[in-house]
Amino acid sequence: MRDPGGSPAESVLRVDGLTVRLDGRTILQDITFDVKRGTTLAILGPNGGGKTVLLRTLLGLIPHEGTVTWGNHAKLGYVPQNLFVADVPITVREFLSIKRGIDIQQSLASVGLEPETTSKERLGTLSGGELQRVLIAWAIADRPDVLLFDEPLSNVDIGGEDLILETLNRIEKAFGITVLLVSHDVHNVIAYSDAALALNRVVVYFGPSKNLTDPALLARVYGSGTLLSRHAH
Amino acid sequence: MAEPVAYAVVAGVFAGLAAGYMGSLMITKRMALVGDVLSHVALPGIALGLLLNFNPFVGAFALLFAAVVATWYIERSTRLPLDAVIGVMFVFALSVGVLLTPGNELLEVFFGDIANVALLDMGVAVAISILVVLVGRAIYSGVILSHISEELAVSAKIRVGRVTFVYLLLVALVVATGIKVVGTLLVGALVILPAAAARNVSGSLHRYGLLSALFGTVSSVAGISLANVTGLPPGPLVVLVGSGFFLGSIIARRVAAPARHSPSP
Repeated sequence: MRDPGGSPAESVLRVDGLTVRLDGRTILQDITFDVKRGTTLAILGPNGGGKTVLLRTLLGLIPHEGTVTWGNHAKLGYVPQNLFVADVPITVREFLSIKRGIDIQQSLASVGLEPETTSKERLGTLSGGELQRVLIAWAIADRPDVLLFDEPLSNVDIGGEDLILETLNRIEKAFGITVLLVSHDVHNVIAYSDAALALNRVVVYFGPSKNLTDPALLARVYGSGTLLSRHAH
Repeated sequence: MAEPVAYAVVAGVFAGLAAGYMGSLMITKRMALVGDVLSHVALPGIALGLLLNFNPFVGAFALLFAAVVATWYIERSTRLPLDAVIGVMFVFALSVGVLLTPGNELLEVFFGDIANVALLDMGVAVAISILVVLVGRAIYSGVILSHISEELAVSAKIRVGRVTFVYLLLVALVVATGIKVVGTLLVGALVILPAAAARNVSGSLHRYGLLSALFGTVSSVAGISLANVTGLPPGPLVVLVGSGFFLGSIIARRVAAPARHSPSP
């Protein structure tokens, strides 16, 4: 476990005084945090708290006030929450080929998918878990420094969650990738991340993930009465 | 083959090819009806060309491009439903166009005048269609990826705004070229039908683009050839052949579906 506050490691991302307004509404206000290279930062909070807006802002898609500073030549990989693929007749091979120079066989094998059969499948016919792994294969194909992950488990069966998280952990260790992970699941945040950033339009908490076992802190993040319970597998 | 007919067939082949190919992107981006409405937006531009003695194609293209960019901008920047925006533009442009267009030219504008294609018209249609297909091919994967996920496209260093702008420019060009073949009333069909038919029988993007272009080309050639033999107007015949491809694709899909799901022996 690496302490986000106490480590002298280099920051790969520094966000200072970030404010985002959409249609006259303040979605994020005065957000300040940093991410150390090689660590996993989980971004959590209630619906409408600004998690996905933060990720889109970090990608440069939304105008903002304040500064977002990525480390020198940081290469970003992104794994979205949803894809609009139901009406697009695109195969896994064609999708991965959009990223030039990708070794499709190796990329699929690295996320535990059988390359021959999976590459011929249509993207829209894959299960939620398979699609997530194809998206991870896409994101890590050109060896990014930072992987931005938006709700990776939202469309995955409960049985497939651990497989995705283990794949993510394996990749993080193998390639030393820094991970920013938007998640609803506090248990997964505690188990798989080093630091946590809890948002509810403002920063409610930024510090080590292990502190989220504290009921008082959880209540501050999600409101009073929140209990930490693990769904049955 | 007489020269005007040969010019018409060559212009039709290329216009059909480009319309079919771009149609595959327009259907994917759920802009099929936008193509249909845009064709009517061209009407005031054609009318201005006829009234002020400049090439009607230039007028049509100018208005088409303005309309396609306006549709894109309004959809992105307001909460107004796309069909409402399109509806407003459609009736406004059609009214202005009908009032401005000289009465004796209206029928040609509505249903095309492929029978009167001159060498220059053919050259323009061929050049624009080749340009549309080549540039369309270059931006194809970028348009598809930005439709699947804008964030994913941005993270892959695709300039989504620039790709969308070029795509809209190509849509305006392909509709303006298609108007010569089938007229403003039917050019939407030239874009929609081949791609819709191809979509029904395609399991990959490569096959989808290829079949869309092929169905568009064959629809145009067959329609113009039938018009030459029967003396009927070519525009509706081109669209009828395209409709035949669409019906055929539904049947082919139905026939193939049970075969795919039947248990192995």
